[in-house]
Amino acid sequence: MIETQTMIPVAPETLVAAVQKMRDEGHRLVQIGVTRLGEELELNYSFDRERRFVNLRFRLPMAGARVPSISGVYWAAFAYENEIHDLFGIQVDGNVLDFQGTFYQTAVKHPFIQGAAPAPAPVPPAQP
Amino acid sequence: MGKRTIIPFGPQHPVLPEPIHLDLVVEDEKVVDVVPSIGFVHRGLEKLVEKKEFTDFVYVAERICGICSFIHGQTYCQGIEEIMGLAVPPRAKYLRTIWGELSRIHSHLLWAGLMADAFGFEALFMHCWRVREQVLDVIEATTGGRVIFGSCKVGGVRRDVTPEQLDWMLKKLAEVEKEMRLLVDVFLNDDSVKHRLCGVGVLSRADAQLLGAAGPTLRGSGVADDMRLLKYAAFGDLDFQPIAKPDGDSYSRCAVRCEELFQSVDLIRQAVAKIPAGEIAVKVVGAPNGEFFSRTEQPRGELVNYIKADGSKNLVRFRARMPTFANLPALIKMLAGCELADVPVLVLTIDPCISCMER
Repeated sequence: MIETQTMIPVAPETLVAAVQKMRDEGHRLVQIGVTRLGEELELNYSFDRERRFVNLRFRLPMAGARVPSISGVYWAAFAYENEIHDLFGIQVDGNVLDFQGTFYQTAVKHPFIQGAAPAPAPVPPAQP
Repeated sequence: MGKRTIIPFGPQHPVLPEPIHLDLVVEDEKVVDVVPSIGFVHRGLEKLVEKKEFTDFVYVAERICGICSFIHGQTYCQGIEEIMGLAVPPRAKYLRTIWGELSRIHSHLLWAGLMADAFGFEALFMHCWRVREQVLDVIEATTGGRVIFGSCKVGGVRRDVTPEQLDWMLKKLAEVEKEMRLLVDVFLNDDSVKHRLCGVGVLSRADAQLLGAAGPTLRGSGVADDMRLLKYAAFGDLDFQPIAKPDGDSYSRCAVRCEELFQSVDLIRQAVAKIPAGEIAVKVVGAPNGEFFSRTEQPRGELVNYIKADGSKNLVRFRARMPTFANLPALIKMLAGCELADVPVLVLTIDPCISCMER
């Protein structure tokens, strides 16, 4: 085992307070990540202090997913929050630097919550 | 207060080999605010885990970036190995360490060349890249590849290195080290270079930590944090302490990378001296079921791979958090208040890798 990693479940309503506690304790924000699990999204807010890894976690229904911004606590979170909005369609309330969906230039909107695209129909050969 | 103007920087710019865009809000010649835009070439490689089997995905992970490709593959493999509880043979861990440090040397030399180019020292740029070629020769001789090594796999490594090759590697590195000393002397002691770097783009220790900076950007602000202290691969057996500089300016970030060149040579020497004989891989049976945040130290800083698996051949999720992405807020902080002419140099002091960021 390279390192022990602590997973702490939180509720979306208590997220900002939990993150504030992390900051008060001197943790560094490592990342915010999202995993699609069926029709739910699992959000991971990861922190580190002297190489001790702590992760705050909760799940949301994918439809209409909405979270409060933690950019008021960790300003650097704005980048991750724009990312989860653009790739997963999660509405982040109160992001201090909200790119309004233009942080990533993707061909498909919110690509990570799209289902598998149907294969294109074969083109019939041209008749002579 | 002067008139405010917005100057676009990138996505195409002489100092940027890859696309990133900054809107620079300037008053006269002073930058007062910066708004970044990324995502011009976002590839969505993470989503390929839905189609590639977990053993094959290492090829995709390696291709996230052409500079630190080996460490991408290694980080991914380590994550899978943690979930599956695979005991990687010690020899494979040492080989991973050697190739990882060779990657760091060639990456830092590449950065040094780009940096020299950014402050207008073309001869220095060419010498940095000439020396880098010799490191690539060592990598090619031991892995078969110069950019994509293809030598890491889940459970170990794909190829061994003979004792003769290791001896030759040390001889080559001794030559490279001599040349690097000449280069580093210019970076750290030349008046014109110091004039462009000292006191420019200061990032305080507190800001670096709070903004989540990583790698030499963090260590250049006096924070001696390095994921190699986690003792992954063979780092637990090697004498290693992170290099940190307290001033937080462009010169400090440059000095950290310059000293890390020699530290990596030293780590390779230690690894070659201690490398044990034995197998280089274990057989992988079954499929991973679980999750792990795999962390390593890339040349640009902490790389995080989140891997979640459900026991099938395809992973549920692969997410890579790149050090350049983590350093973006720190870059914005550094740029605010700088002179317009310093922007290219400051952008390069975080050693941006857009290819990584646009995984």
